[in-house]
Amino acid sequence: MSTTKQNKNGMRFDLQLIASWIEPGAKVLDLGCGNGDLIYHLREKKAAHGIGIEHDEVKVTHCIEKGLSVLQGDINEEVLDYPDNAFDYVILSQTLQQVYKPLTLIHSILRIGHKGIVSFPNFSHWRIRLQLLLSGYAPITRQLPYQWYDTPNIRVIALKDFRKFIKENSFKMIKEVDINTNPKDKSGSVIRILPNLFATFGIFMIGKDTS
Amino acid sequence: MSEYIEHDIDGVSVGVVEKKFFNFAEPPNQMVLENGKKLGPITIAYETYGRLDPEKRNAVLVFHALSGDSHAAGYYDPDDPKPGWWDIMVGPGKGIDTDKYFVVCSNILGSCMGSTGPCSINPETGMPYGLHFPVVTIGDMVEAQKELMDHLGIEKILSVVGGSIGGMQVLEWCARYPDRVRSAIPLATTTRHSALAIAFNEVGRQSIMADPNWNNGDYYAGEKPNLGLAVARMIGHITYLSDESMRLKFGRRLQDKSDFSFNFDADFQIESYLRYQGKKFVDRFDANSFLYITKAADYFDLRKQYGNGSSVEAFSKTKAKYLVVSYTSDWLYPTYQSRSMVKAMKKNGMDVSFCEIEAEWGHDAFLLPNRTLNSMMKGFLERVYNETE
Repeated sequence: MSTTKQNKNGMRFDLQLIASWIEPGAKVLDLGCGNGDLIYHLREKKAAHGIGIEHDEVKVTHCIEKGLSVLQGDINEEVLDYPDNAFDYVILSQTLQQVYKPLTLIHSILRIGHKGIVSFPNFSHWRIRLQLLLSGYAPITRQLPYQWYDTPNIRVIALKDFRKFIKENSFKMIKEVDINTNPKDKSGSVIRILPNLFATFGIFMIGKDTS
Repeated sequence: MSEYIEHDIDGVSVGVVEKKFFNFAEPPNQMVLENGKKLGPITIAYETYGRLDPEKRNAVLVFHALSGDSHAAGYYDPDDPKPGWWDIMVGPGKGIDTDKYFVVCSNILGSCMGSTGPCSINPETGMPYGLHFPVVTIGDMVEAQKELMDHLGIEKILSVVGGSIGGMQVLEWCARYPDRVRSAIPLATTTRHSALAIAFNEVGRQSIMADPNWNNGDYYAGEKPNLGLAVARMIGHITYLSDESMRLKFGRRLQDKSDFSFNFDADFQIESYLRYQGKKFVDRFDANSFLYITKAADYFDLRKQYGNGSSVEAFSKTKAKYLVVSYTSDWLYPTYQSRSMVKAMKKNGMDVSFCEIEAEWGHDAFLLPNRTLNSMMKGFLERVYNETE
């Protein structure tokens, strides 16, 4: 297992990796941008033009206070208003497992963006498998810390599932990095061997169907 | 909008300010109004706070709503009991920081707070205009503000800011003079009145016109239509509040009594409050101005005027960066109206931020102390200022 530790700028580990994929000056839409850490970082370090969508009023106000362009709203609806190819990248980090209509949303992402970047917690991690096998209860991990009755997560996704989904729907898989980190951690490691078993999160760059 | 006029809790203020007057459109160079009529001479009352920087990059225009005036901040005299109407927002270190920005607020055309309006003297007759005053539009108000900007030598405005009818002026500026506006903050406003908003305004106008003292607008020499204007104001106040705010503020509580009076005195606190607001208003506001300004607001339709009915097309002509804010309990200009303008801005690929602030105080929330609004405006203005080349 090869690992690379990173802790550059106080940003969540998966966001650091996502940021490293983005070219200077790019136009970026961050769906579910939270307190705007990623678009703030991209603006400061890469002179990127970031826009965020966030549901939570308090988080939206924090973003606007920092001088970011952020809209309060539901990501599934807000994506509908943008013209085709309005962005170089549309990012959906740690949110896919909460999306009601993933296919519709991914279609929207790749309509309004040239490329999409999607990350989510890997449900086929060995701890989850083991927990279910040994305890017989629905698994609870640091990445997916909720009881079945209070979880915002309505889907369980394995890394393999997502690769299959991309293939079956004729999207293009451009890049994949699988990592071992926790939801809010600033450090983590890249997993290269058996990621479907050992990675807690997968990050994917996807593109439009070119066929 | 209401008269809340709160003192800044930290006691910070721009200090003593002065109302100034700008005169233009002297005959034969009268201003041609949207309805084709000519008006002149015109006086615009205005105030400025802070300093215009040498490059003239830091001008912020603040617009008042229906019943406001040019006195947005500070005091005319150190002993004034109350500061300007948006003193909580405009001042040193505040949301619109007068240490950084040069703030201009002018009284709208058609009002009665120092700018030319129906109570001004008609030079042709030597008498107040009354109904001889031409019907002005939000566009005409903005045109007069543009003259003032030219007079002050300000070509590019850093930001245009306003709520309610002030927000309409913000939008009108963006569409009418897209190259002169770098950013815009429309608060609790709309691209056009709904039938509901027009309905309330019409009841207010009917109330004034039904007052025998109104006398077809010719009342300046005698008794004023105070009853009609007071009732119009009472209706206005209902629309500025919300079911929730009235329930919290008044409920069914009685005013200075323990039981019903079984007559038509003000039994309930809400009745007493509305009567008080109505009475207070007639001392400072002109009934004809109420007619003209509400009509201008009803006529305002950004989509029709700039987009052949489409708000997407209307906003395509604008170039500003936007911060749009609405309030959850505003039933005069509900959030869906702000969202629809945000949608149009997005479709045009414009730089827009939007926040719906949770507030129980209805339409008037933008005038009340709210740290969220202050800090968002501060962050937004700072960014657009830094992005100014």
